[in-house]
Amino acid sequence: MLKRRRWIFSLVAILPVLAIFAYVRVYPIGEILRLSLHKWDILSREKPFIGLANFQELFGDSLFRTALFNTSIIAFGVLIITLPLALVLAALIHHRTRSRFASFYETTIFIPHVVSLVPAAMAWKWIFDARLGPLNAVLSVFGIPPQAWLFDPVLSIVSIIVLCSWQALGFAVLIYLVGFKNLPKSLFEASKLDGASGIQQFWFVAVPLLKPITLYVSVATLVSAFNVYAQVYVLASDAQGAPGRQVRVLVLDMLENTFRNYRVGYAASEAVVLLVIVLILTAIQFSLLREKGTR
Amino acid sequence: MTELAAPSAAAPGAASATTPGGRRKRRLVNFGIDLFLVVFGLLMILPLILLVANAFKTPQELLAWPPTIIPTNPTLQNITTVLAETPLSTWIFNSFAFASLSALSISLTSAIAGYLLAKFPSRTMTVLFAIILATAIVPFEVYMIPLYFQAQQLGLLNSLPGLLLGYLVMSFGIFLVRQNVIHTIPDELLEAARIDGAGELWIFWRVVLPLLRGALGALFVLAFFQAWTAFAWPLIVTSTTDRYVIETGLALFQTGFTVDLGRLSAASAIVLVPSVTLFVLLRRNFVEGVASTGLKE
Repeated sequence: MLKRRRWIFSLVAILPVLAIFAYVRVYPIGEILRLSLHKWDILSREKPFIGLANFQELFGDSLFRTALFNTSIIAFGVLIITLPLALVLAALIHHRTRSRFASFYETTIFIPHVVSLVPAAMAWKWIFDARLGPLNAVLSVFGIPPQAWLFDPVLSIVSIIVLCSWQALGFAVLIYLVGFKNLPKSLFEASKLDGASGIQQFWFVAVPLLKPITLYVSVATLVSAFNVYAQVYVLASDAQGAPGRQVRVLVLDMLENTFRNYRVGYAASEAVVLLVIVLILTAIQFSLLREKGTR
Repeated sequence: MTELAAPSAAAPGAASATTPGGRRKRRLVNFGIDLFLVVFGLLMILPLILLVANAFKTPQELLAWPPTIIPTNPTLQNITTVLAETPLSTWIFNSFAFASLSALSISLTSAIAGYLLAKFPSRTMTVLFAIILATAIVPFEVYMIPLYFQAQQLGLLNSLPGLLLGYLVMSFGIFLVRQNVIHTIPDELLEAARIDGAGELWIFWRVVLPLLRGALGALFVLAFFQAWTAFAWPLIVTSTTDRYVIETGLALFQTGFTVDLGRLSAASAIVLVPSVTLFVLLRRNFVEGVASTGLKE
């Protein structure tokens, strides 16, 4: 009797939260899956079911293919820069935990992760500026001619990778720091008695033990980089006549299809592709983790 | 005392650490690491420092080559014009309202759902928890377009409630609270309160919430910064200058035709001040919050 009353209480209490959750999460996720199979142009009232036609068109669409390509390059570029750098930085910060500068290290590395994206991107836009930017000024000291960072097709993507890595680094360092703190101390003492140097300890003891953390950081970094948009909007968009070369990414293409071309069904199929990418990355993470468990 | 990742050339066996030579070498290595980390940290914030410096430069100096780091002839002109000509304070206020209310809603919904999922086990709850976890994987950008049309149906476009619609709940927050409840609140404590005749609501307010203060503080700060740096959602939901948040206001401001670098930098510098101050004040909570996201496994 009492048990039953408690059960009813729990259901009644959780109901409002569930209602909100269903309305702002579950329903729109369902909608995106449904819309991706329909043709819906905002202006028309009808939404005919067209099966996988959106997806078929998508893979023949050169704009979408460019967006997918650029986004993937950016995501993996950010990962390649961020991951090793974060691992080494976290190791050094962890080693110097008792340094009087320890909180300075943490703060300065995290700040780019929390400041408003647009002002931060604005700072980088100036740094990359071909005519006035300090980057070209520094390069000229080494005799390197000025580069058109935001106009060159390759360099504009490099610039975005640099900006995104600068922002992603703090998160990765933070997660690695937690990892380092949770490593068993006894293993390090044992390896030290065996005469292992600091670098050897890092490479042969810490890195293998941190594999689950590395997997998590990799997937989290990739997923957030696949959703890149604000950075591109500021550094490389053609919005309202701002100069610069447009770097097309998935979210940008999706929003353009919705709000400029009014093709919601088509945009929904792009969102589904993004979702599939994220699911594949997550599946890889879990399967690699499990592999480690069985060994 | 583990010595981790000391890039010392000599093998610092247990013995060498105690000899005077080994100790001096280690101190030198530590000094090198500190120096590297200080320089690296400064480089990380250099772009922001340059931005603030630009805010105080005259138009002539902004065009000077090579660019200067510290303004030679500092002026407040940029800042006063920007404050006079753009609704910067409105945008800051909007961002602040959006981020605080979102953080409040996320903390509250996560506290309720997380507690119930942890302490009232039943088959229904297990299923609900599985659904919540599954949606946690889906990035916001994937479902924001249907959500936009829901906001439109409700007539909430271009309003604060419309902005909030996307940031009312956080799957991860529910998960975080559930784990915390399981690890920190023993069943015996709740049973004791029940035997004393306490009602379920009273237990939640007076026993559970105070014990979750740390976790909820971390979650609040995490949620605050999530909304504070949101970009795509405010960009599509808001459409008039008085409704913009910092991110969208500045982004659209910078694409205008008549904008010069000095004013842009001034605007950016002004909005960076609250971000950085808040972060420095709440750093401990934030670090705790982000750190717990890594402990999913």
